[in-house]
Amino acid sequence: MMERLFAMRSRVGAESAETPRDQHAATHLRRRRFVQNVAFGLMWLAGLVGVVVLVAVVGYVLWSGGSVINWEFLTTPPRGGLAGEGGISTTIVTTLYLVGLTLAIATPLGVGAGIYLVEYAGEMESRSRFVRWLVIVARFGVETLAGVPSIVFGLFGYALFVVAMQFGFSLMAASLAGASLILPVIIRTTEEALKAVPRSYREGSLALGATKWQTIWQVVLPAAGPGIITGVVLGVGRVISETAVFYVTLGGSASVPTSLLEGGRTMALHVYYLAMDTRAFDRSMGTGAILVLVIVVINATINIMSRRYVKRMMGNV
Amino acid sequence: MLACALVSLIVVFLIGLFILREGLPAFSEVGVTALLFGRVWRPQQGMLGIWPMIAGSVMVTLGAILLGVPVSLGSAVFLAEVAPNWMREIVRPAVELLAGIPSVIYGLFGMIVLVPWVRTTFKVPGNTGYNLLSASIVLAVMILPTVTSVSEDAIRSVRREHKEGSLALGATKWQTIWGVILPAARSGITAAVILGIGRALGETMAMIMVIGNSVIVPSPLNANPLTIFLRQARTLTGNIAVEISYATGLQEHALFATGVVLFVLIMLVNSVARLLLKERAA
Repeated sequence: MMERLFAMRSRVGAESAETPRDQHAATHLRRRRFVQNVAFGLMWLAGLVGVVVLVAVVGYVLWSGGSVINWEFLTTPPRGGLAGEGGISTTIVTTLYLVGLTLAIATPLGVGAGIYLVEYAGEMESRSRFVRWLVIVARFGVETLAGVPSIVFGLFGYALFVVAMQFGFSLMAASLAGASLILPVIIRTTEEALKAVPRSYREGSLALGATKWQTIWQVVLPAAGPGIITGVVLGVGRVISETAVFYVTLGGSASVPTSLLEGGRTMALHVYYLAMDTRAFDRSMGTGAILVLVIVVINATINIMSRRYVKRMMGNV
Repeated sequence: MLACALVSLIVVFLIGLFILREGLPAFSEVGVTALLFGRVWRPQQGMLGIWPMIAGSVMVTLGAILLGVPVSLGSAVFLAEVAPNWMREIVRPAVELLAGIPSVIYGLFGMIVLVPWVRTTFKVPGNTGYNLLSASIVLAVMILPTVTSVSEDAIRSVRREHKEGSLALGATKWQTIWGVILPAARSGITAAVILGIGRALGETMAMIMVIGNSVIVPSPLNANPLTIFLRQARTLTGNIAVEISYATGLQEHALFATGVVLFVLIMLVNSVARLLLKERAA
């Protein structure tokens, strides 16, 4: 409305360049630019918050935890009970055991599920209504599982594996619960990796007379390999950083488990116990620093791998 | 291989089955209303009301959303529309790495840096530093990656024509973002916030470490209603984790019932987000 009034007035007004309308437009534009600058400034700030928080958290943990880290810290077991003395060697070993076991359970299942959902589900669906229904339900399962909070996985692992199946607080119970937790991660990345393999690969192989399975095994899977491995590495990261699930399934003993039915504590759990139960904050920070380093390395690996993978895929298409 | 695909479904089914099986006795013995809305949790005396934990979870999530969503949306817009390439190359990996930092590390950082800061900054009697505010700040950082990346996707998927049309009409870049792009990305952004709520409700260890864990329905410390955030609390997740390893009998059932409540809440929240995202894709 105002605009139109100004427009009318300027038409009635003089012919010079400095009509009120021009003046109005100029101040209006200036104001709009000003608002834009303020808004963009705020966006920059918001964008920087993530970086600043990351640097603050990682920097602080590495800096204040770094002072307790030495060879002895890494190679001696925790001792002193509530005093929280000693190193973290047993927690490193337990973490490795748990990661290995969890992935040994979750990887075949997750990759298998991914292959089925991408390579077979489509054609099976068109054959039978029952299978179509199953596939829909299976996808629903994956999506739902991905949203379940970790303490619920813990609760489930506690009820089923620790109590009902009588594994007790043990590597076995913890790795089964952990495998349920990372299953959706592996399924999803496998699916993504398989979908990224160009159709022409499959068609070329099938045209050469290979069977569906030969095509998948010898052409599609190798091409999708790096993507699938990225998913597995993501799973490794999840297991290393997860605490809630293992807090209620792994027990918390500071010694290295000697069988599948013994408990233990991972590095992440050690951080928690030291901070909450013994208040040995310096050692907790030291363990935390190692944990953060591992996570940073894993993240960097994933980034490099997926970047290379994208480049290779793009190059070949 | 179909079997593999069905494993996740079976796990979901088993999770539902076991948590319900263990939780139902609490619902039947304590009573649904007494359990959900009971304000006292004293397992030794058989008083098993989880209302304080529901209130705690809701309050801390609210705090995290209030603090975290503006920043997350800002950085989503920044990444999608404003940032020069070199800056994007720094911010995006940083936000991704934030998502990878273990929750115990956030908890530890919270205990050592944030809690003392909150204690000394807000000089209110009864403020220990272990409270809803500290927990909300930690949680705001933890949901930042989720909310940022999902809303960035939503912003990026707005059709180019909308944006170009607005710019061609003489709108500034900011007017285009504010008046055209954000409204067009609304459902995706809502989904991002809801997913953030889901993450916030599910967080456990970091919450135990900074929220104080006392079982009371949060209330303001003095006449200023905002001091409610300086009150200690306990979340649903924390209630399970703190007590499950030594709980027996009815208390154990009540903890599983807590899990049922949490599970149902998060399923609801996530399915709303999923619907919104599907709607946008369609």
